[in-house]
Amino acid sequence: MKISKEQVEHVAMLARLELTEAEKETYTEQLNSILEYAAVLDKLDTKDVPPTAHPLPLHNVFRDDVVKPSISQEEALANAPDQEDGFFKVPKIV
Amino acid sequence: MDLTQLTAHELSDLLARRETSAVELVKAFSDRIDQVEENVKAFNILTRDKALEQAAKLDDKLARGEKPGPLEGIPMALKDNMCTKGVPTTCSSKILKSFVPPYNATVVERLAQAGSIMLGKLNLDEFAMGSSTENSAFAKTRNPWDLERVPGGSSGGAVASVSADEVVFALGSDTGGSIRQPAAFCGVVGLKPTYGYVSRFGLIAFASSLDQIGTLTKDVTDCALVMNVIAGHDPKDSTSAPVDKPDFTKSLINDIKGMRIGIPREYFGVGIDPEVDKVIRQAIAKLEELGAVVEECSLPHTEYAMPTYYLIAPAECSSNLARYDGVRYGYRAPESGDVVGMFKKSRAEGFGPEVKRRIMLGTYALSSGYYDAYYLKALKVRTLIKQDFDQAFEKFDLLLSPTAPTPAFKFGEKSANPLAMYLSDICTVPANLAGIPAISVPCGFADGLPVGLHLMGKAFDEGTLLRVAYTFEQNTDYHKVKPSLGVK
Repeated sequence: MKISKEQVEHVAMLARLELTEAEKETYTEQLNSILEYAAVLDKLDTKDVPPTAHPLPLHNVFRDDVVKPSISQEEALANAPDQEDGFFKVPKIV
Repeated sequence: MDLTQLTAHELSDLLARRETSAVELVKAFSDRIDQVEENVKAFNILTRDKALEQAAKLDDKLARGEKPGPLEGIPMALKDNMCTKGVPTTCSSKILKSFVPPYNATVVERLAQAGSIMLGKLNLDEFAMGSSTENSAFAKTRNPWDLERVPGGSSGGAVASVSADEVVFALGSDTGGSIRQPAAFCGVVGLKPTYGYVSRFGLIAFASSLDQIGTLTKDVTDCALVMNVIAGHDPKDSTSAPVDKPDFTKSLINDIKGMRIGIPREYFGVGIDPEVDKVIRQAIAKLEELGAVVEECSLPHTEYAMPTYYLIAPAECSSNLARYDGVRYGYRAPESGDVVGMFKKSRAEGFGPEVKRRIMLGTYALSSGYYDAYYLKALKVRTLIKQDFDQAFEKFDLLLSPTAPTPAFKFGEKSANPLAMYLSDICTVPANLAGIPAISVPCGFADGLPVGLHLMGKAFDEGTLLRVAYTFEQNTDYHKVKPSLGVK
C-alpha cells in the first residue's frame, strides 16, 4: 500500500474536498492501484534527464503594459453565488 | 437532397450559387436535431433562435450579391467547455451549471467573424475528464452507430453531433485523446493540432500543458477549412505559438508517393482488438499501394506514456480546478459554516467522482514529500517520450497507429474500473505529451463499428497529416458511410 486512508484524508484537506467515509475507502483503494501502475516509471533511470513542463520552447512572454477595456464590475459579479454592495460575499473568514 | 448530410465545402458552394440559404440550412439542421436528438443526446443547450437571427442577417447580405466566405452560414456547435458570451458554459459539471461567461473564447470570436452559425453547446465528460462521456453530470450521449454504446470521450457530444448530421462540424478539445478517440468511435475526422497552434483563451482549463482545441468534421477538406479559421497566434494566450499559419487547404493534395510512414510496433501490442488490427493493416496496405514507403519502427518509451500522463494531467487538473471555490462563480453549497467549510462542501457537492479522483491524485503527486517521486519523475519521462518522437521524425514524415485499441464499448463496460477506462487512450496520449499534431480518419469497420486511422506528425506540420489523410480519403469510401442511429 503506497497510500493510507489517513493520507487520503490529509490530501482531501489540502484539496479542500469534503469526503464521505465511503469515498475515503474507494479513493484509498483506487489511488493505490493507480500509483502502483505508475510505479513502472521507477524502472527508468532519469537522473540526468531534464524535465519537460511544457511542449513548446517558450519563455517569459511579455507585452507592453497598456490599459485596455475589461469587463465591468456588474459583469464580474453576475455569476457570483452571493454579493453585496458591489462585493463578493463570503462566510466569516476570521 | 438531404442538406444535413453535406460537408461545409459542399454547402458553401450551394450558398454561393444561391441554391440554398442560411435560414434554410439552420431549419434543416434544426429539424434533424428534432428527429434524432432524443436518441443521441449530444447537446447540453440549443441556441436555435439566435442561429436563425444570425442566418437571416447573412441571407440579407447574400441577397445583395456578396459572396459567402468558406464557413459563412455553416451550422456548427461547440464542446461545452469553450466560453460563449451570454450562453451558459457548463463543462457538463454541476459546479458550473449556472455559469454564463462574460466573454467569448478566441475560437468562438474567430468562428463568429467567419460567419459560422452556432446551434448549441455539446456534452462532454465533466471538465473533459473521461473517455466515454459517461462522466457528464447531465446526460449520457449515445453512439449514433449503436445506441447501446458510448460515443467515446471526452468530446462525446461533439463527435456524436457531427456523426448524426446534427451539425456540419464541431470543435472539441483534446488533452489525452478527447478529440481523436471519439472521432474514431463515431466515424468522423478529428484533428488535435500542434500544442499552441490554436488559442486556448476561453477554453476552460483541465491540464494546461496538454489541452488543445481541435476540429471534428465530416471530411479532411472541412478540417483544413476550419483550421484556416481557428489556428494562429493569439496575444491573449501566452502559450500560443508565435508562428505564421499557412493556408491548410494547400495541403489537400491527392498524392503521397515517396512519403515515409513509420509504424511504431509498440502501438500494436497487447490489448488491440484483432478486428481493429486487421482494418489498420488493410489501411497500411492501401497507403503503400498509393505510393507511401512504410516501415516498422520503435518508440521505446511508449509503455511509460500512460503512467506519465496519469500523473501530469491530474497534477495540472488539481491546480487548475482549485479556482472552483464557490466565491466568484459556480456552485456554492448552502449553509456550509465557515469559509473553509464552504469551500470543502461546495467542491464535494459540485464535482463528480472522476473529477474528485483526479484532484486527489494530482494533489497527492504535487504534495510535499511526493513531488519528486511522482510529478518531477513524470516530467522527466515526458522528455524521454518526446525524444522518441524527435528521433523517429528524423527518419519518417509521419507515424501511423490505430486511434484506439478497440471499437466503441458498451455503457458501463469500463466505468467501474478507472484504469481500464484510462487504457482506451493508450494510442492517443503520447502525442499530447510530445505536443505534436495527430489526426484520426475513418478507415473501416470492426463488427460494424467505425475504426480510426491515427496519424501523428511533426510539430507544426499539420500539412503532411492533412495530405496523407486527404489522399487516403480520396481513395476510399469509409467517410461516406452513415450511421443507422439504431441498436446493433
